[in-house]
Amino acid sequence: MKHLLSAADLNRDEALLILDTAEKLRELADRPIKKLPTLRGRTVVNLFFEDSTRTRISFEAAAKRLSADVINFSAKGSSVEKGESLKDTALTLEAMGADAVVVRHGASGAPHRLATSGWIRSSVVNAGDGTHEHPTQALLDAFTMRRHLGSLEGRRVAIVGDVLHSRVARSNVLLLATLGAEVTLVAPPTLLPVGVEEWSCGTSYDLDAVLPKTDVVMMLRVQRERMTEAYFPSAREYSRRYGLDSVRMAALPEHALVMHPGPMNRGMEISADVADSNRSVIVEQVTNGVAVRMAVLYLLLAGAAGSSPGVASAEDAVPEQRRWERA
Amino acid sequence: MGGEPTDVLVRDGVIADIGSTVSARGASVIDADGLILLPGLVDLHTHLREPGREDAETVETGTRAAACGGYTAVFAMPNTNPAADTAGVVEQVFRLGQEAGHCDVQPIGAVTVGRAGRQLAELGAMADSAARVRVFSDDGDCVSDAVLMRRALEYVKAFDGVIAQHAQEPRLTEHAQMNEGQLSGVLGLTGWPAVAEEAIVARDVLLAAHVGSRLHVCHVSTAGSVEILRWAKQKGYPVTAEVTPHHLLLTEELVRSYNPIYKVNPPLRSADDVQALREALADGTIDCVATDHAPHPVEDKECEWQAAAMGMVGLETALSVVHEAMVTTGLLDWAGVADRMSFAPARIGRLEGHGRPIAVGEPANLTLYDPAASRVIEPMDLVSRSRNTPYAGMTLPGRVVATFLRGRPTVLEGKPQ
Repeated sequence: MKHLLSAADLNRDEALLILDTAEKLRELADRPIKKLPTLRGRTVVNLFFEDSTRTRISFEAAAKRLSADVINFSAKGSSVEKGESLKDTALTLEAMGADAVVVRHGASGAPHRLATSGWIRSSVVNAGDGTHEHPTQALLDAFTMRRHLGSLEGRRVAIVGDVLHSRVARSNVLLLATLGAEVTLVAPPTLLPVGVEEWSCGTSYDLDAVLPKTDVVMMLRVQRERMTEAYFPSAREYSRRYGLDSVRMAALPEHALVMHPGPMNRGMEISADVADSNRSVIVEQVTNGVAVRMAVLYLLLAGAAGSSPGVASAEDAVPEQRRWERA
Repeated sequence: MGGEPTDVLVRDGVIADIGSTVSARGASVIDADGLILLPGLVDLHTHLREPGREDAETVETGTRAAACGGYTAVFAMPNTNPAADTAGVVEQVFRLGQEAGHCDVQPIGAVTVGRAGRQLAELGAMADSAARVRVFSDDGDCVSDAVLMRRALEYVKAFDGVIAQHAQEPRLTEHAQMNEGQLSGVLGLTGWPAVAEEAIVARDVLLAAHVGSRLHVCHVSTAGSVEILRWAKQKGYPVTAEVTPHHLLLTEELVRSYNPIYKVNPPLRSADDVQALREALADGTIDCVATDHAPHPVEDKECEWQAAAMGMVGLETALSVVHEAMVTTGLLDWAGVADRMSFAPARIGRLEGHGRPIAVGEPANLTLYDPAASRVIEPMDLVSRSRNTPYAGMTLPGRVVATFLRGRPTVLEGKPQ
């Protein structure tokens, strides 16, 4: 694997390898010295065209725990805003010798463009692009579910909210289907994408009907501004029909988890008591994010090229010569 | 046009003789054995970018590209800067065309002042100008105001004009990036739904019938629009329509690459739409092929999809694409190609001296095409100032060997003269 652009890039074995690797790397968090020498001398660039402190910090911590050099490149004023072009930024990173570029961008497909344009030779990790995908978020969500529920085979996951504009939902639908889970998207019809019936998941407009048959409920952030674009009449009506409060949470099975990719709109899609309840694994999601991103960077950059923490196999390594020929 | 081999004698810009016994002392002879002779092609929809975006194209470079594509006349869209919304600007473009001399340039006038969709431009002044404007369009933007559209349709009756509508309901297509469908949902790109085109086409054919004036629908891209047009024509409404070469050949699947070279407005649609458009062009529901040649500088395409400009160059590949999509598939013969790419567009645009039959006494606007040739499209080979061709690397059939504008070769052996 050279890049991670979409959750669809991962087959079942690759996804499980990342999750298993993350499991090993997470143990590191409990050791007194939290650092591995694996990526010493390698450079990871966090290229963020959009503000996202939590994702950037997570990737930064992941890279540093693997001893990589980290450069944070906050590229405000992207070509979307008629500043420096994506191409020029990429050429700059190439000249600096970046081994991996972690990119967050407001335009769907920007990481794909970066990876396939021939402007740079480094690995590209999609850290969220427009309304397209956010594969490492889906990986950390799956990782979190697996820690609590074991195998995801046959597990029922409800993803609730603004699916239309959610890169988290897209990546989760793809990855969870790969891992054998049954996903139901729950939203008002206005917030489901056209053609969603052809996705590898079910859909429902009725949250109350779905909750009792759910192992995991994942609430998506809903921006209040969607109201002015007529996606729903009011925040209050949205909250009543699709918000998760303690009454609705009581309808969930005993073991069910409550998740949220953050940042939360408390009182909108999720009530404060639910967010802070013992069902909620929202804070744990953040912790797990570092381990999953370590696994991704490790498998993309080090593979089996020595200094293994004992998980990766030879075929996952990208031979040096193949890395260059793609460029 | 695919008939029996014959010789054609051109003298003083006019076809002087046709047949197997043609002879003329001192004439230059072009061996056209195995080639097809077509009436000079006419493009009802070209963006020459001048004035304002001379970095993308000029009248000179755009018309040279047109000649290389077999065109002897192009209609220049008015979305320039300033917009071609006055007699002064249309006359400027007209004269630049005459000075360049590669093919005739017939300016299209803007329907509204500044193409802003609020107030009618001086349509009569443009019609009366040296440029003799008969086609009016706000292309790039839709005349979405129903009253303004009605008035424009009515007003141009006075000089046998036609309103060429860019059918795109603006509110339904805000921030639209690609065809709305399953793929746009997966790619996370804002959809451009077919209904946004079809709703305007439906409204406009009804308006045209109501006021009895001529409507032309630009770049039809959906199967639904085809159905509405078919219905309108059965009713006898005064409606014509065009389709672009790229909508006859390419589908939205190409957007998966996120390569903005495939970003165009209206967007590439589904394979079903492509099939419906081909059939409509074959049966005459769609009257003609128009390129929507839209040059853009490299930097406007070498970027993120969302940031990229919409449009593709098309003049130099149009005939080959129509060959591939319509002739190779058996949907159209060469006489049909002559109609859809020369006779019909000239008739719709009321352009004199073009789109005429190949007959003695007619102006010698002619195109020689080698149907047996094939070529790999290389962006750097294009004569246009811009390189944004979606066919880069594709092998397309045929080659324009020569183009004659009133008997004068503008292209010989595939090279501009």
